[in-house]
Amino acid sequence: MTPHMLTRSLDRGATIFLLVVATIGVLIPLSNLLLPSGSFLHVPTYLVALWGKYVCYAILALSIDLIWGYCGILSLGHGAFFALGGYAMGMYLMRQIGTRGVYGNPILPDFMVFLNYPKLPWYWHGFDMFWFAALMVIVVPGLLAFCFGWLAFRSRVTGVYLSIITQAMTYALLLGFFRNDFGFGGNNGLTDFKDILGFNVQADGTRATLFLLSCLALIIGFLICRAIVSSKLGKVLIAIRDAESRTRFLGYRVESYKLFVFTVSACMAGVAGALYVPQVGIINPSEFAPGNSIEAVIWVAVGGRGTLVGAALGAVVVNYAKTFFTSGVLAPYWLFMLGALFILVTLLLPKGIVGTFNSWWEPMRAKRVSGAAESAAAENGVSEPKMAE
Amino acid sequence: MLANLPARLRTLALSLFLIAFALPAAAGPFEDAVAKFANDDFSDTDAAIGVVASSGNPLAYPIISALKDGRLMADADSKKVYVTGTDGKSVDAATGEAVASVPASASAVRLNNRLRRSVDAALGGLTLLSPDVGTRIQAAQSVFKSHEESALPVVDNALAKETNRSAKTALSEARAAILLYKPDASEVDKLEAVATIKGRGDQEAMALLTGIGSDQPASVKAGAASAIASIQSSLAVWSGVQNAWYGLSLGSVLLLAAIGLAITFGVMGVINMAHGEMVMIGAYTTFVVQEVIRTRYPGLFDYSLLIAVPLAFLVAGAIGVLIERSIIRFLYGRPLETLLATWGLSLVLQQAVRTMFGPTNREVGNPSWMSGAFELGQITITYNRLWILVFTLAVFAILLAMLRYTALGLEMRAVTQNRRMAASMGIATSRVDALTFGLGSGIAGIAGVALSQIDNVSPNLGQSYIIDSFMVVVFGGVGNLWGTLVGAFTLGIANKFLEPVAGAVLGKIAILVLIILFIQKRPRGLFALKGRAVEA
Amino acid sequence: MLTKSTHDIAAPFSRRGLLAATAGLMLGLASITGAKAVDDTIKVGVLHSLSGTMAISETTLKDTILFLIDEQNKKGGVLGKKLEAVVVDPASNWPLFAEKARELITKDKVSVVFGCWTSVSRKSVLPVFKELNNILFYPVQYEGEESERNVFYTGAAPNQQAIPAVDYLMKDEKVKRWVLAGTDYVYPRTTNKILEAYLKSKGVAQEDIMINYTPFGHSDWQTIVADIKKFGSAGKKTAVVSTINGDANVPFYKELGNQGIKATDIPVVAFSVGEEELAGIDTKPLLGHLAAWNYFQSIKDPENEKFIKAWQAYTKNPKRVTNDPMEAHVIGFDMWVKAVEKVKSTDPDKVIDALPGIEAKNLTGGTSKMLPNHHITKPVFIGEIKANGQFDVVWKTPGLVPGDAWSKELDGSKDLIGDWVEKKCGNYNTKTNKCLGSGS
Repeated sequence: MTPHMLTRSLDRGATIFLLVVATIGVLIPLSNLLLPSGSFLHVPTYLVALWGKYVCYAILALSIDLIWGYCGILSLGHGAFFALGGYAMGMYLMRQIGTRGVYGNPILPDFMVFLNYPKLPWYWHGFDMFWFAALMVIVVPGLLAFCFGWLAFRSRVTGVYLSIITQAMTYALLLGFFRNDFGFGGNNGLTDFKDILGFNVQADGTRATLFLLSCLALIIGFLICRAIVSSKLGKVLIAIRDAESRTRFLGYRVESYKLFVFTVSACMAGVAGALYVPQVGIINPSEFAPGNSIEAVIWVAVGGRGTLVGAALGAVVVNYAKTFFTSGVLAPYWLFMLGALFILVTLLLPKGIVGTFNSWWEPMRAKRVSGAAESAAAENGVSEPKMAE
Repeated sequence: MLANLPARLRTLALSLFLIAFALPAAAGPFEDAVAKFANDDFSDTDAAIGVVASSGNPLAYPIISALKDGRLMADADSKKVYVTGTDGKSVDAATGEAVASVPASASAVRLNNRLRRSVDAALGGLTLLSPDVGTRIQAAQSVFKSHEESALPVVDNALAKETNRSAKTALSEARAAILLYKPDASEVDKLEAVATIKGRGDQEAMALLTGIGSDQPASVKAGAASAIASIQSSLAVWSGVQNAWYGLSLGSVLLLAAIGLAITFGVMGVINMAHGEMVMIGAYTTFVVQEVIRTRYPGLFDYSLLIAVPLAFLVAGAIGVLIERSIIRFLYGRPLETLLATWGLSLVLQQAVRTMFGPTNREVGNPSWMSGAFELGQITITYNRLWILVFTLAVFAILLAMLRYTALGLEMRAVTQNRRMAASMGIATSRVDALTFGLGSGIAGIAGVALSQIDNVSPNLGQSYIIDSFMVVVFGGVGNLWGTLVGAFTLGIANKFLEPVAGAVLGKIAILVLIILFIQKRPRGLFALKGRAVEA
Repeated sequence: MLTKSTHDIAAPFSRRGLLAATAGLMLGLASITGAKAVDDTIKVGVLHSLSGTMAISETTLKDTILFLIDEQNKKGGVLGKKLEAVVVDPASNWPLFAEKARELITKDKVSVVFGCWTSVSRKSVLPVFKELNNILFYPVQYEGEESERNVFYTGAAPNQQAIPAVDYLMKDEKVKRWVLAGTDYVYPRTTNKILEAYLKSKGVAQEDIMINYTPFGHSDWQTIVADIKKFGSAGKKTAVVSTINGDANVPFYKELGNQGIKATDIPVVAFSVGEEELAGIDTKPLLGHLAAWNYFQSIKDPENEKFIKAWQAYTKNPKRVTNDPMEAHVIGFDMWVKAVEKVKSTDPDKVIDALPGIEAKNLTGGTSKMLPNHHITKPVFIGEIKANGQFDVVWKTPGLVPGDAWSKELDGSKDLIGDWVEKKCGNYNTKTNKCLGSGS
């Protein structure tokens, strides 16, 4: 990625988004660590963890938007990649517990002692090393996505069929990970983590650092997505989204493009999961639940499909709403609110928050600076709205 | 059992007993035993059952059958025991004299499982001579199960008088069971018993043969072993048949849940994530219907499902039309947006039901014609599963006929095939859309009525079927009802043949992986639509 | 095709708009930061799912705590202050449990939390309670193998439910052959392991034990029920020990009833089926099947009758049932109130130290006591299902059984004890005299 490509791919909205993320990423940890807890601007630790979670979700949303918004692949199983990344990290964290587990076994995690495992299963080896686990965070989801995509895209499984089999994939993984015989702790999953790279996961400093890292990952993920969608590759992806057969007839190897972007997206989701686990403190099979994946798609829809900023924003807005509505007097009614939000957004804001904002802002801006807008629009490949019917 | 017989027959049975056992009862032990019922102690009750059953007293049958039904009332203070008849009149259990009323302090004599077995065995002995064939067979069965030596003379007596063929078989099997377990029976008798039991050939026969002690003569042991082997091999064949039946039954449930989706999703292209909630609404409609029937017209309970089916169709269908008019019609041509909106809708519907009916399961009873099972060869076929299979096929046939032969069906097909052309021909497409969606939802509602018979009726009911339903429709091929039918039964049967081998969870995972791989092979499902519509 | 879109692609954003959005975001952040400082009430956290799959069981427990707080406030509250419930909905989502626990303790500053049902939800919140040093009362029967300083386990440990039930079946029903059927999660896994070890120690052969696991919400029981029937036809008295989780029970029992398996042939003793679960089933075909609990609604005791009456009046539903986890909350709540009054403070450290030794009346005529391992003493009852959806107690332990945090039947844990009074340790190895792991 050359500096030229970077600057070219960044319009003003993206720049501002990156600045905001960077500011939050620095300010929240600083406020948490430096300001006294009585201060009005002090951010308590639980909010750091909470926002850390939102940021991880934002990365997941970005990864979904990359394939759905720009390539038309609707994956209803992206939570699987997220969870696999999370499990890889969780396995590292489990191995770090060492003799501090309740049974004091230096090698086996507690649940294995409990279920009489004679020795560590082969697939747990290597996870005591951080570099290996970090590699697996990317490799495992990436490999699964590659195999899955290779099969699916080559045989031209598209549209709703693809959505349903991604759902089948995550559902099969959900059932598998639920099994205690699988060696991943069954329904309880992996929890009770102590250290990450020698730092206590519960210490304020570690949390603040993890938060900063998550923001950094969001920025990097955003830049990667940005670079992809604004390159020539990105144009082909959009062409595939809008007219797959036509693109194929033009001589592009559609399946290779799809496979590439699907794999990249899965790796990103894996990283999001890996950052999510130490901040939340648990990874368990419910992350594979098809409902979670559908919800993640909804974040993107709420924020604005096909706008990277929107995807990230949607994840934060929906999850903030969820946090807000599930406490206090509203608790019994929060599902009404959340459900209504989804219905209203699709009915009234079909382009999502950012998309709607853009279409409302664009004409006004175009009037003001017609010259500049022309080049920007050309660069961003605005496609003609077109009914599928 | 006798308790379920019409009153007239029962009186007849009673009077018969009065004749059969019209001996003067010895006052002492019988009355002492009866008084023991008032001790509220399980071992005392057990002892009392034994004494009363073998007393020959004409009151024995009424006492024991009352005990079984919880109509034997005992007063702990006065040590008096009363039999309350089904007609509400009571007699003193020790003397048989009618009493005006049972004292308020009396409570029903309690039973546990051990005592229930004793009661069944005692009743078996007491009803072997009943005039009703069914009762006699049942009595012989319970003697077969308990195989108590004391029953042998009665069994012999009954066998001599028996004329009905199946009752005779049952009695001789009961006799064989007793002989097999009787320590002092001759070797010849025992060998003959083994042969008789082998002829029965079911699991209970096997249980009986495996359970013989090691103190049997060698020839009997060998005979039993070979009998067991032969029963086992015949049961193995039957277990294949059984798996196929279970598969059909599971397939019918899948089909029922998916068939509505095959319309909304397959025909209209609407990804309706709230489909499961329509099923749930159907189940709750059944609950409401039963609740009304229970409180107002208890006599109609057996018809509750028949009443619930059209109601569930109307309720779910009306809600479907409402959803189509208020949400989905704005989203045609944007199937993924419908997915999101209907997902939100499913959350709202679930929570609405949770608020209205509470989060806990609701009781939906099985009408009598849907309870129980019958034996077909060596497999047990439960009535509820059988009726669901029949019902599913009926719904499927009606739907198919509707789409093919009615005006509405024609319009539906026209609109889905070419909306603009249909509109130009004067079809009110928006009306057809609403009705099609209503139809799909209504059928989901009907599915809810059937599923309420085998599953929880809770706000989560729909969610457990939605993924499976989508799998079935996609596997079978979107837009093809026959594909849905074949898909559902294929998945059901494959699942049930995998389950004994791989276990329930691995079996399901295997099915999912197979679906994923299958879609690679045939990206548009089993029965793919061809032509231009595919790419539209 | 489904993937066609009507969207515009990321059109540039305005600086002003984004700045405004950021300001709004920051404001939102600040507004949830400022904790309200109201000191005239004592806050009690309620952490039970009100939506999602577990709402079916947990909603009742939320109502129970609200009811208990209401009653306590009528008596004048605690330490002269009113109690105030803070209800959150973790929505059957395990990470959300941890998040909500954190919110309750940090933002709402609750003094104690009553909550959780599933083991995984408890495991999920454990680190939070340890880190922020607060108190959790956990009211559900569970797999044991845990004793944490910040958690008080008012439900049954395996030795207070599973083992007495098996003993009863062995003695009274002369059961020789066992089916251990459960949902595949940690509670059934552990319970079955403990039972397997226990049965073997009683001379039951391996081939007389059949273990079967099914996924959550399993609804097609045809094959498994047929297998049980087959297993039960080996000439020995057979029983099923069921640790099948709530939702899957209704179809399981319906299939049992329909395939004609009566309690007199193959009794099923369940550890997760109570009055609430039976409320959803027609119980006539289930007559005589068993359940083992520490409380049944049908138990005749003045305390119990008083409680049921008050509960039904509070919920304005004369048919509302009570169940075992509810009783656990009643006991736990009472113990907490007594401990707070004893140390005249709601400070978690003081209350945690005061709780062991506190006694509270249970609803079945006895007095339960908090033990140093943070479990309580409980009576064990075996009940048979009656036609009216209630249980008829057919057996009970002569006295109260103290809860074992660590099972004596498992190799890994037979030397471990939890003792927070003398050893200050939840997993103390009595052989090596060492406190294992981090629980120091």
